[in-house]
Amino acid sequence: MEPLIRVGEADFDVGVEVQRVLAMADTIGGVVNFVGVMRSNNDGRAVEAMHLEHYPGMTEKALAAIAQQASERWSLEAITVIHRVGLFKPGDQIVLVVTAASHRGEAFQACEFIMDFLKTRAPFWKKEITAQGEFWVDARSSDDSAADRWQST
Amino acid sequence: MIKVLFFAKLRESLGCGSLEWPVQEPLSLKDLRDQIIARHPEWEPDLCAQNVIAAVNQAVAAPHEVVQPGDEVAFYPPVTGG
Repeated sequence: MEPLIRVGEADFDVGVEVQRVLAMADTIGGVVNFVGVMRSNNDGRAVEAMHLEHYPGMTEKALAAIAQQASERWSLEAITVIHRVGLFKPGDQIVLVVTAASHRGEAFQACEFIMDFLKTRAPFWKKEITAQGEFWVDARSSDDSAADRWQST
Repeated sequence: MIKVLFFAKLRESLGCGSLEWPVQEPLSLKDLRDQIIARHPEWEPDLCAQNVIAAVNQAVAAPHEVVQPGDEVAFYPPVTGG
């Protein structure tokens, strides 16, 4: 099982990506997908747009490592991680994680695991563009807590 | 030479995205950072902030990790993707 990892400006089509996964194995019994979307507000502040930058090269390696960890932890038939970079408007899709397994439990858990580690390990940074100016988004301790809980389960 | 990269808020605070740092022999990541600060003392508050993450050859690294000519080193703030 070779995970599909893609980082770039291009948008994605969830339906196309799910179909791609389904075509890979007829032993798949469940597909889970998560789509992260840009909100029009953050911490009570209206956000007009957002710029997302990354560390080319390391980003792809970090995502591949997270996918590898998920595939060692659960029995998965497929993993897709697509993360966009560049300029976003509210409602734009940012990230897609697709996991497929024989049974739903593993697919659900692996999808959440991948997102929790992507949020805390993969080198992406968001900058919000608001009427008051541009602000780098601060990391949330709740994201660290979400990743940490996988250590004890 | 070691290629040193800075990202996001750290890059903007330093006013520098990358530099080529001359080194002849292996040294620790911490020593490399100290050398850079010796040249740019005004960078110390941002570059030594407790939450700054360092990577060597695109993998997160601890301060005692050894770097050598040809390596790529990056310093960056906590990540906020997803």
